[in-house]
Amino acid sequence: MKHMLRTTTAALAVVAVTGFAAGAAKADPLTVVSWGGAYTKSQVEAYHKPFTEQTGIEIVSADYNGGLAEVKAQVEAGNVTWDLVDVELSDAVRGCDEGLLEPLDHAMLPPAPDGTAAADDFLEGTLHDCAVATIVWSTIYAYDTTKFSDAAPSSMADFFDLEGFPGKRGMRRTPKANLEFALIADGVPAGEVYEVLSTPEGVDRAFAKLDTIKDEVIWWEAGAQPPQMLADGEVAMTTAYNGRVFNAIAAEGKPFEIVWDGQVWDLDLWVIPRGAPNKETALEFIKFSTDTQRLADQASWISYGPARKSSVPLIGTHAEAGVEMGPHMPTAPENFGNALQNDFLFWADYQDELNERFNAWLVN
Amino acid sequence: MAQIAIGDAGKPERLTTADGTPLKQALGRVEFRAKTRAFLLVAPLLVFLSITFLFPIGQMLFRSLHDPLVSGVLPNTLATLEDWSAEDGLPPEEAFAALAQELALARENRFSGDLGRVATRLNYEKPGIRSAVTRTARSAARMEAPFKEAMIEADADWGKLESWATIQRLGNVYNAVQYLAAVDRRYNEFGDIVMQAEQRQIYVQLFGRTLWMSLLVTSMALLLGFPISYLLATQPTRVSNVLMILVLLPFWTSLLVRTTSWIVLLQSEGVLNDILVWIGLVGDNDRIQMIYNQTGTVIAMTQILLPFMVLPLFSVMKTISPSHMRAAQSLGAPRFQAFWKVYAPQTLPGVGAGCLLVFILAIGYYITPALVGGQDGQMISNFIAFHMQSSLNWGLAAALGGILLAGVLALYWLYNKLVGVERLTLG
Repeated sequence: MKHMLRTTTAALAVVAVTGFAAGAAKADPLTVVSWGGAYTKSQVEAYHKPFTEQTGIEIVSADYNGGLAEVKAQVEAGNVTWDLVDVELSDAVRGCDEGLLEPLDHAMLPPAPDGTAAADDFLEGTLHDCAVATIVWSTIYAYDTTKFSDAAPSSMADFFDLEGFPGKRGMRRTPKANLEFALIADGVPAGEVYEVLSTPEGVDRAFAKLDTIKDEVIWWEAGAQPPQMLADGEVAMTTAYNGRVFNAIAAEGKPFEIVWDGQVWDLDLWVIPRGAPNKETALEFIKFSTDTQRLADQASWISYGPARKSSVPLIGTHAEAGVEMGPHMPTAPENFGNALQNDFLFWADYQDELNERFNAWLVN
Repeated sequence: MAQIAIGDAGKPERLTTADGTPLKQALGRVEFRAKTRAFLLVAPLLVFLSITFLFPIGQMLFRSLHDPLVSGVLPNTLATLEDWSAEDGLPPEEAFAALAQELALARENRFSGDLGRVATRLNYEKPGIRSAVTRTARSAARMEAPFKEAMIEADADWGKLESWATIQRLGNVYNAVQYLAAVDRRYNEFGDIVMQAEQRQIYVQLFGRTLWMSLLVTSMALLLGFPISYLLATQPTRVSNVLMILVLLPFWTSLLVRTTSWIVLLQSEGVLNDILVWIGLVGDNDRIQMIYNQTGTVIAMTQILLPFMVLPLFSVMKTISPSHMRAAQSLGAPRFQAFWKVYAPQTLPGVGAGCLLVFILAIGYYITPALVGGQDGQMISNFIAFHMQSSLNWGLAAALGGILLAGVLALYWLYNKLVGVERLTLG
């Protein structure tokens, strides 16, 4: 027994040592962190696989639920293990302001195929001091078509209309986007939403509107939840990220329908945590993944619009379902009518106050 | 080997060992060696606990009081504000000048993150000041005297007493602002402690609800656990072993699995509702909402924490001799009275241990309420997690955690006073 123990220990030690040696000989794998589910899959197919093929550098893909908590913890502890993170715009700006992210030089980004400089090719507001956008995504609401056979909901106001369209509602447990939805449903034009929301009366008005459906709402937190809740029949309609709902419709054949009226659109961007172990490789990956073709490739896996103008004409059909992707983009003209861009400056100022108020509102 | 040296006068002298060392010293040496050995045995655990448990907790609690950010970035501004108080009206011109200069400097080094962090920190206390700080910082380098007018023109917030009072207050490296926030209170611009705006009052209520829900879960666990333990302790071993497996099997199952199983069972399109509809007890359109609310949290938590009640109870009941009850009954006590007067008091250490264990685990519960709590089934730990993960207000999270920790310690102290910790039996 004792002998056996010694042999096993020795064997383990040998494995450990050779394992480390083998690991050190190759280039370090790049740790890329994103939101999981259909979205991460689109990145793996469009970016990770071709990148590994071209450079031989392995990519470790990890999931998270958004926010800056892990980045902050890693940077403050001086032990950064993530190389590249996919974040929302407000987090990119805030993380940059608070010194959690590496500044990026936009001149390094590849130009469009026709030679247009990257700075002119990216949509306005998609390049930031520490971040480069890849997609335009949107919070919309979707419903189960089997639940509404007579009249289908078509506007944001219908989401708040419990009498016309009875059934439970799903909403993300955060004031962001929900307050905007409430005001749009209450008749505020998309262009004036943040103006109204900057006043105490406007906030009261938004909460009063939310009050009308509060008892019928089931709150979700992860992006994968709303399509699941729709499929389970837990809710009749729910707010969701448009790509997730599209995925459920196109790839899983669910009877869901997206309502684009009053969509709140936002960006997802690449950022590098300050002190990332493989910063140079991460920069290479950013360059690689944000060129015109890659961004268009991603759009054939999920219905999020590319951040580059030159990518738009290259968008084709869904890689598996064969659906034409163009009309399903948040930025498609027929969807973009009453659209609202998430105002990260407003949220940077008021998110703490509104989060507290929202939480207190939920509890009471 | 000790020998007693008898002196001439016949009275005993110092005791020594064979080699002449005094006995006391020799014993001391042996004892010291034994103590060292014992200490070395526990040392790894002690080091492990200190590094992974005590040190991080201490550091976290320290964070709730230690707040060096503002004083580090705005030292000159704070120096000019030293004698200022809100009763004097707006601060003097040199305060505006110092702030403009320090904001310009912070803007220059903005990738260090100081400016953003100060802006965020101030924003926790005074919503909206974040953009005042960043906007003013952008133009501060070009500002000229008089700075007072220039600053107020850049952002109207600089004309408000509250902005300056906030800077002054957070200039104290040690302050209790986060603890005040954790009990729904704040300082106003004159330094008085006032209630938080009504729409933002949440934590006191949450602490109350956490306490109430934990008490509910504890009493439900006791109510359900007591008969089970009694059955386990009084059945023949063959039967009780089988029953014991039924208690232990869920105990060994992952928390997450058990919580999600409750979702499957209780959701409105779930198993239980389907059965109720099928037997016609409720209509298809008014299915009962049993989850994503307080009910769901209490049900799932009770089931998950039940073994922590059953195991200590069982171990205590196992030691109670059945002959006590028989003796009481033979002396004429009815069955219930014998149980109540003789058996029940002997189970008290187990009841105490079980309740303490379940209650303390319950008030810190996080995963289950997060998954099945909906809007009114959230507990204080969910908000600690929220401030750690989403709002990044770690100071407030630390203060909330500190209050929770103090509550647990107070409870433990109370238990020790009432029951005595030495009677705690965990099986």
